[in-house]
Amino acid sequence: MSRERTSAEPFLWLLFSAGGVLTALAVPMILFLFGIAFPLGWLDPPSNAEIYTLLRNPLARLAVIVLCGLGMMHAAHRLRHTIRDGLQLQRHGTAIAAVCYGTAAFLTAVAVVLVSVI
Amino acid sequence: MKEITLRVFRYRPEAEAEPTFQEYAVPLRDDWAVLDALNYVKEEIDPTLSYRWSCRMGICGSCGMTVNGDPKLSCGTFLVDHAPGPITVEPLRNFPVIRDLVIEMTDFMQKLGAVQPWIIRDESDDDPDTELLQTPSEMDDYKRYSMCINCMLCYSACPVYGLDSKFIGPAAIALAQRYNLDSRDEGQEERLDVLSEDEGVWGCTFVGECTRACPKGVDPAGAIQRAKLIAANEAVKAFLLPRWVR
Amino acid sequence: MTTDFWQRLHRQRVPLLWWTSRRTYLLFVVRELTSVAVVWFVVYLLLLVRSVGAGPGDYERFLDWSAQPWMVVLNALALALAIVHTITWFMVTPQAMVLKVRGRRVPGVALAGALYVAWFAVSAVILLLVLA
Repeated sequence: MSRERTSAEPFLWLLFSAGGVLTALAVPMILFLFGIAFPLGWLDPPSNAEIYTLLRNPLARLAVIVLCGLGMMHAAHRLRHTIRDGLQLQRHGTAIAAVCYGTAAFLTAVAVVLVSVI
Repeated sequence: MKEITLRVFRYRPEAEAEPTFQEYAVPLRDDWAVLDALNYVKEEIDPTLSYRWSCRMGICGSCGMTVNGDPKLSCGTFLVDHAPGPITVEPLRNFPVIRDLVIEMTDFMQKLGAVQPWIIRDESDDDPDTELLQTPSEMDDYKRYSMCINCMLCYSACPVYGLDSKFIGPAAIALAQRYNLDSRDEGQEERLDVLSEDEGVWGCTFVGECTRACPKGVDPAGAIQRAKLIAANEAVKAFLLPRWVR
Repeated sequence: MTTDFWQRLHRQRVPLLWWTSRRTYLLFVVRELTSVAVVWFVVYLLLLVRSVGAGPGDYERFLDWSAQPWMVVLNALALALAIVHTITWFMVTPQAMVLKVRGRRVPGVALAGALYVAWFAVSAVILLLVLA
């Protein structure tokens, strides 16, 4: 089996799939807690010390980076195709892909930086 | 006898540059399909109407058309289900139209051939006097994908193919899977060359409309997602392992 | 592809908003657009992480900001989209994956059930980690 150049598509799809599963499992509860329950006073939010301790844990930091990274890759892949097909912008396919995956890479880098200063 | 109106797409390139619609009143018989109505039109009203059909029983795949906006086999779409009408009959979407309801299908035929739809195996160790045996369970692995009648309704339903005709399409990938999953076949790696192109499996965004349109329950969407996983695994292996290990 | 007929082939145009012409196409686009909620989630999570790293004052300000009515509405919308993502993801996974255990095919319902159990388990773990 020979191929002139390795396509990125299979790897992008694998990242999209992994991100899809992770976000499906984890996003609802986190959004519920920090977006609804704590702000509305249904539950007491962790104190600054408690959440600081939680996020100092290397596993928690890794989880945040992985969740943000794979979540962004998932969204970038999906939005890239939806924008390209939904608005019939096939001729700008490369530019759309660059913007989508570039944004994902940027926010993943931001996640790494923010997590490491804790 | 009650009647129903068929509103039929007409395109006669030798006479007019743009398509038109023509209406015909046909008998609303309980047992008639759209195909029967079209045959009535051709025999009794307008012999110039052109369309494809053959078996009239849903197995040849010739009579695919767009009926009231849906990709359907005209032999399996019944007048009484669309009464009181009118019923709009157009050529299959996403294909160029040659004339009236007849579409250009060369692209589809070429794509079917591109996946090498036959058993690929090294036959040097096979005994020519013995059949290749297969258990019922092994046949179940691919049987669903073998039900395709090449009717092209899935290509008509697929928005990706409509937007980019380079996409290899649902039936071709399902057909490739029919052979990849056949226990007698050894050709998965060969077919991967075609399937792993950007316009191969990676063109699909899992809209799922192909599976909904399929009159034979093939589930091409499922076949494509499974093929993506196989192609992705092979890509990872190709990336990580040097050639001599594989 | 060229044939004898190429000069006179009529090409049917795909309308720009093709995905509004069928209910199933529209649902597909909605399903794909749930990923916008994922983008918002990442941004929101990073704002939270930033505020924790910056100190107690910043964290309190983040919590107050998140309690503003329009923020709650925004997050409620994002949560709804996130749940749609989860449910549609679990709906398509059994179609996309055929699992065989000991030679017998795992029914799609069983796979979907396992995914919902996993969702419950992961949610419970997150709840306990955050509240404890």
